[in-house]
Amino acid sequence: MLQRVTSTGEAVFFPRVAQPGTGKGDLEWIEAAGAGTLYSFTVTRNKPPAADYVIALVDLAEGVRMMSRIVDCDPATLTIGMPLRARVGEVDGAAVVLFAPEETPA
Amino acid sequence: MTGFPRGRAAVVGAATFGMDSKPGFSAIELLAKASFAAIADAGLAPTDIDAVFSTLPEDPFSAMSVPEYLGIRPKMVETTRTGGSAFQIYAMWAALALEAGLCNAVLICYGSNQRSGAGGLVRSGGMPFPYEAPYKPRNPTTSYALAAKRHMHQYGTTREHLAEVAVAARKWAQLNPDANMRDPLSIEDVLKARMVSDPLTVRDCCLVTDGAAAVVMTRADRARDLPTKPVYLLGAADATWHRNISNLPDITVTAASEAAPRAYAQAGVTPADIDVVELYDAFTINTILFLEDFGFCAKGEGGPFVADGAIAPGGRLPVNTNGGGLSCVHPGMYGLFTMVEAVTQLRGAAGERQVKDARVALSHGNGGVLSSQAVTIWGTGETL
Repeated sequence: MLQRVTSTGEAVFFPRVAQPGTGKGDLEWIEAAGAGTLYSFTVTRNKPPAADYVIALVDLAEGVRMMSRIVDCDPATLTIGMPLRARVGEVDGAAVVLFAPEETPA
Repeated sequence: MTGFPRGRAAVVGAATFGMDSKPGFSAIELLAKASFAAIADAGLAPTDIDAVFSTLPEDPFSAMSVPEYLGIRPKMVETTRTGGSAFQIYAMWAALALEAGLCNAVLICYGSNQRSGAGGLVRSGGMPFPYEAPYKPRNPTTSYALAAKRHMHQYGTTREHLAEVAVAARKWAQLNPDANMRDPLSIEDVLKARMVSDPLTVRDCCLVTDGAAAVVMTRADRARDLPTKPVYLLGAADATWHRNISNLPDITVTAASEAAPRAYAQAGVTPADIDVVELYDAFTINTILFLEDFGFCAKGEGGPFVADGAIAPGGRLPVNTNGGGLSCVHPGMYGLFTMVEAVTQLRGAAGERQVKDARVALSHGNGGVLSSQAVTIWGTGETL
């Protein structure tokens, strides 16, 4: 879910009581499409047995950016600008929005 | 006219203390050692100090606890908490407060025992951001790695360019007996070092040390009667665009690109006039980003700009002549150390690492994750 300014249609993230920069308070919740592109990423290296993980900044189709993790991928195949698809998953038991590379139709 | 009191306040005392590891010292004890040393360096007594601008990593009320510890009863306190940039902001307010006659002698001070006290990074304040924290970024490293990766993608910057920054810092550190890391370091060493957060290896990251620093500022007329060579504040400006890296729209451009031109305008200088640059290098990408944002080269050209030893001793632009946060000292918030090094260079007291005929120095602070940016321009008496 994202916020949107009803009068202008602009998306707001992270959620606030008013639109940053304008103070507009006519915010409504909308369901995000779940489409994103990879803005930047870094592989966080860990000492084994802890696994490495990919932290990313993802630009959503709605025009806002969020931090997330990229899962179900070989980090070596990730390229900035590639399309991503959101899913709900878990990090250390907490429910979070994650992303994976968009599957291209065969 | 900007209204900034160019050259009307000066640093008259400066000191550091415990820049390596000082087991047994608390942060405020380290701060006090540096503070009393800076006051003595200025030829003043602690009772001459009537304003205390301080930060301690874990004490949000340092505005009261530092004067209490030092036995000073200030007319003014300041403790803006922007992390590593706070000290440049203090210098700006100090110049304005001195000009207004609100106070006569300002002590700016910082101390941290993060290496010996905690054995790792001390959390220097701030609530976890609920829209990043669940993903377990290892900040600050994660945020800077994201900026580095994007810069490489957007401009063709390479890991070798990043390594050049670490090697230049080390070469300066080798000329500084007070620097922590003075072993030889090659580009290859940096590239082969343990990867921490792609594309940054452990040698692309700053040190974790203890350390304290302090400076004393007075009005210029009084400075001329004190024993040290005054170093005048010519311009100072800060800018803040975000707190968390996910809220900086273009992570290859920082608020320093806005602060630096304002500081230059106050000082009446351009990048070409600056003889020595002391910038906040928590990570190698910082040096590249900030040299661009300060206008030493165009955005995106920072990698080639630092190549071939250009910012190392003997290069075209002396950058981080103490060895920087990468090789000299980095006790959590490094900003005040860039100011002390600028002062040391402009006094002509930098020994083997002295930049010849240094008259104008830039001292920069960076707070948060490329968040708060503060730029100060300092000059010798010849620049007034």
